[in-house]
Amino acid sequence: MLTFLLKKLGVLVPTFFGVTLVAFVFIRMLPGDPVLLMAGERGMSEERHAKMMKQFGYDRPIYEQYFSYLGDLVQGDLGTSIITKKPVFKEFMTLFPATVELSLCAIIIAVFLGLPAGMVAATRRGSAFDHTVMTGALTGYSMPIFWWGLLLIILFSGILGWTPVSGRISLFFFFEPVTGFMLIDSLLSGQEGAFISAMSHLILPSVVLATIPLAVIARQTRSAMLEVLGEDYVRTARAKGLGAFRVIGLHTLRNAMIPVITVIGLQVGVLFAGAILTETIFSWPGIGKWMVDSIFRRDYPSVQGGLLMIAAVVMIVNLFVDLMYGLINPQIRHTD
Amino acid sequence: MTESIINQEDIDNRQSGRLALLTEFWSYFSENRGAVLGMIVFVCVVIIAIFADYLAPHSPTEQFREAFLQPPFWQDGGELRFPLGTDAVGRDVLSRLIHGSRYSLFIGCIVVSVSLVVGVMLGLCAGFFRGRVDAVIMRVMDVVLAFPSLLLALVLVAILGPSLINAMIAIAIVQQPHYVRLTRAAVMGEMTRDYVTAARVIGVGTLRLMFVTVLPNCMAPLIVQAALSFSSAILDAAALGFLGMGAQPPTPEWGTMLAEAREFILRAWWVVTFPGVAILTTVLAINLMGDGLRDALDPKLKRS
Repeated sequence: MLTFLLKKLGVLVPTFFGVTLVAFVFIRMLPGDPVLLMAGERGMSEERHAKMMKQFGYDRPIYEQYFSYLGDLVQGDLGTSIITKKPVFKEFMTLFPATVELSLCAIIIAVFLGLPAGMVAATRRGSAFDHTVMTGALTGYSMPIFWWGLLLIILFSGILGWTPVSGRISLFFFFEPVTGFMLIDSLLSGQEGAFISAMSHLILPSVVLATIPLAVIARQTRSAMLEVLGEDYVRTARAKGLGAFRVIGLHTLRNAMIPVITVIGLQVGVLFAGAILTETIFSWPGIGKWMVDSIFRRDYPSVQGGLLMIAAVVMIVNLFVDLMYGLINPQIRHTD
Repeated sequence: MTESIINQEDIDNRQSGRLALLTEFWSYFSENRGAVLGMIVFVCVVIIAIFADYLAPHSPTEQFREAFLQPPFWQDGGELRFPLGTDAVGRDVLSRLIHGSRYSLFIGCIVVSVSLVVGVMLGLCAGFFRGRVDAVIMRVMDVVLAFPSLLLALVLVAILGPSLINAMIAIAIVQQPHYVRLTRAAVMGEMTRDYVTAARVIGVGTLRLMFVTVLPNCMAPLIVQAALSFSSAILDAAALGFLGMGAQPPTPEWGTMLAEAREFILRAWWVVTFPGVAILTTVLAINLMGDGLRDALDPKLKRS
């Protein structure tokens, strides 16, 4: 297991350096130099410009600048936002829980609907239920989620008036964030109706964000189940006279879960991409909306830092999934 | 006399051999009713795109000042002149949708060709030369894959400047690694086969070996991937357009149309609904076709 971990890290570390390089190069590929970017639209005098270039070290050779950038990274310094003048890392950390809360809810919805749907579809292959699930899954997979979100807003907020259009909680409620998760914080605050309000704000965005992972998980579960149902040991279990529940629940499911878990893990990247769109539609104050806003406000240090942090989070989660995979399935550990 | 007859038969056999392959492909493909349906819809979209100038009742950019946000014809206040209603500046929604199909198909074609060609080249190099070349190419692809695709495309467009062309470049870049990985894996599988060794022994050059001997045998997964990335290119381009980072107004691109319509969602459902229906229908049709292609081309799944 240790060699497996080391092997995975051996791939991960160079990739991470590649990611830092991309983030470093990003800000230098923009028209103008970093100091001019910092000055924004106002511009500045020649002297001041030269002085600031020296102050921030932009007059040094490019590789030295890269190393000092890496040095800053190690100390958790991702630069300072041009707009808010706050450290980018701090900004990221205050907004991150909102995205995590949304993503967690989405993945819970996706798993709890997608797994059983895929399982039942596989065991009743060719039935009307199977066809419905597969059609639904392919539709979900093809869904432009930014449009899907708008449709749900029209229906549930516009016509039915059940849910609010944007934000995380009604403005009537105010409390200090403890965990950063609105659902938990609203419960801790003890204010009446706060939890319901947070819940009603959360439900539509998480359904929208869950759409694509749900479709992928249902499809993957079905095909993994079908593969395992065709195996000899399942036939043996059936021949032994074990009940359908035991065969499917115990023998099939456990082995079909392995590829499914991987797919669930791989949805993290998909969730972030989806969060960009979902948060924009629902004005959800998370990382996705912050990235889009930063791009539009030309707050490039924030974009640079956010890019790096998101890639790091995705990589860490993927590493974790790989390790879990290796833990469940020893074969993986010993093959390349 | 007898010789020529035998020759004739040989030629016939070869022709029917190729035909048989096509027939076999079609029989697997047409078994999947969804795939055939998808193909029909896709062909319709292609026809609409080609004849957009003749099919659209109005110009996609013409503004009718007497008809702002007019509903579709079956609702009160709608008229048959604008079958799907008009948008906030009085343009015919149907005409814009018809012209928008051109952009979506164009985006799909360009993105797939660029990422396919470059991806196959890199994948072939990685799979053929292994060693350092392989390591460098694959690490670079790992870096690209470390970012969520839409985010990377968004940032690339931020660097290049928002436009349709830059959006296509960005999407092609983020889709690249899939082709590289697929080609590399397929090439590595083929390299151990006897026919490759045989070709090497009789002195076939590296380039010929790469492109003529090995590549045709790696095409099946690449074709399936091309179909899938065609649809995701359309989705991503629409998403970028929606975020204001793709095609710019007044281009009748479907995602851009949605972005313009956003502020009217609670007042005029039609300006929001129809562009999305267009995106969903096109993408779904292509994905259905892709599933059919996979079933027909992937020998592992053929039994099902």
